[in-house]
Amino acid sequence: MTVRTTATALRGIVENLGRHSVRGVEEFGYVAALFVETLYWFVMGRRRMQPVRLHAVFREAMMIGIQAIPIVSVLCLAVGIMLAIQGIETLKTFGAQSKVVIGIALSVTREFSPLIVSILVAGRSGSAITARIGTMHESQEIDALRVIGINPVRYLGAPMLLGMLLMVPSLTVLGDVMGILGGGIYSSMELNVPLAVYADRSLAALHVDDIRQGLVKSVVFAVIIAMVGISNGFQVRGGAEGVGRATTRSVVLSISFIVLADMIFTYFLNR
Amino acid sequence: MSDTMAESSPQTPQAPAVEPVIEVRDLVAHYGTRRVLNKVNLTVMPGEIMVIMGGSGSGKSTLLRHLLGLKRPTSGVIKVLGKDITRLSAAEMHQLRRTMGVAFQGGALFGSMTVGENVCLPLREHTKLDENTMRIMSRMKLEVVNLAGFEDLMPSELSGGMVKRASLARAIVMDPKLLFFDEPSSGLDPVAAAELDELILRLRRAMNMTIVVVTHELESAFKIADRITVIDQGEVIMSGTVEEVRESENERVQNLLNRRPRDETVDADDYLRRLTR
Repeated sequence: MTVRTTATALRGIVENLGRHSVRGVEEFGYVAALFVETLYWFVMGRRRMQPVRLHAVFREAMMIGIQAIPIVSVLCLAVGIMLAIQGIETLKTFGAQSKVVIGIALSVTREFSPLIVSILVAGRSGSAITARIGTMHESQEIDALRVIGINPVRYLGAPMLLGMLLMVPSLTVLGDVMGILGGGIYSSMELNVPLAVYADRSLAALHVDDIRQGLVKSVVFAVIIAMVGISNGFQVRGGAEGVGRATTRSVVLSISFIVLADMIFTYFLNR
Repeated sequence: MSDTMAESSPQTPQAPAVEPVIEVRDLVAHYGTRRVLNKVNLTVMPGEIMVIMGGSGSGKSTLLRHLLGLKRPTSGVIKVLGKDITRLSAAEMHQLRRTMGVAFQGGALFGSMTVGENVCLPLREHTKLDENTMRIMSRMKLEVVNLAGFEDLMPSELSGGMVKRASLARAIVMDPKLLFFDEPSSGLDPVAAAELDELILRLRRAMNMTIVVVTHELESAFKIADRITVIDQGEVIMSGTVEEVRESENERVQNLLNRRPRDETVDADDYLRRLTR
């Protein structure tokens, strides 16, 4: 009897695992196809008389990037200060507090700036993308686009992806500057070093490669946020509740993928 | 009319001069494993108003989605304006879409654009007209639907009837040969619904369009239709003129006309199976 129930329970688990795996692969395929289609419209849109409109890209860039400048600045400044506090505290034990500059410069440009910016953009704009496309789907606006002869991927998806690709790296550069500035402000007060000297040392510590590492990551994160947001939007079913569910899912998925991708990239870029 | 045509082409005096605008043959469609359209046949001739009528869940909306090319059928032929849309390439379908207009049930106006921009959108995407010309053309179409002066409002600022009329203006802005209208009178008060019926009749007269209307409203259907196709449970149960439908002895047609509930009992097992799937 107990053997049988254990067997049934095990079978249930295996079945569930199988179902989820199949669904996961299915969805990954869908996202990949969507990504290829979006790229297709960048390249072929003009020839097919359906160009990706520049003003639509700018509108997305405005919402994704420009409006996020204040919050990105504040958060990265805060992260910089936090790193400085921890760094000085830790390095004091070795009497090497002056080396905090290197720690802040490298960790901000390589890790914190792209990560903080992407998580913020995922929460702000990834969710908005999903909600917008999902609502449009539910009110038949996507159907309306299609019957007018406008491909929704080209009209909605492509500008969103391009806007992301423009703005996440740009915000990352801003985050680099603000993070180092935050670290500098605290360190200069704590260690009695003028800010200019701090900036000088930061620049000396940084290599092009460090900035590039952050930017490469931010491009990958941008693709993740855009594609997770768009694909979840197009898959919305079930009215307002469905839109809410998809939005939550979109944010959770993109942040998870960002952190995982970050880990993988850090491993390969630093070997 | 037919005399002059016979004279001008003496070789083929009896040939059918007009080709149907829509010709559906043996259309079968599934949602998942459930069959929602079963061997549907439909012919719509140029210049006529065809009303597709049926209760909710009858398959009429699914049929419309297939006619619009939004869904691919399991099998069957759907010819729209002489082209089999189940076999068209994306580019050919894109061309065909310029000649058809669709007004959706809820209007489906783009919430982020003004009414004027909504009406302009098809022009912007399909033509290379300058901004001013497009504005004039969209204003003309808004005038046709009695919405002149509303072009700068957002869709959220319009009433239900106005949204439907604005959506109609967007559907006819490219002067389509074929117009689809999904549930024109749903959600409207009787006066607004009657106005919309008048508008549909006027459009046909003025622009000589072929119009396909999907509705469950009997009154509206009888008023505007040249012919009515009645759909029930995914099957066409009859197709004919208003009089023919009114006088039909088919029980299912009469049930629909007299708002009689179906006397067959719902198969509880089947219902549960559908729910749990």
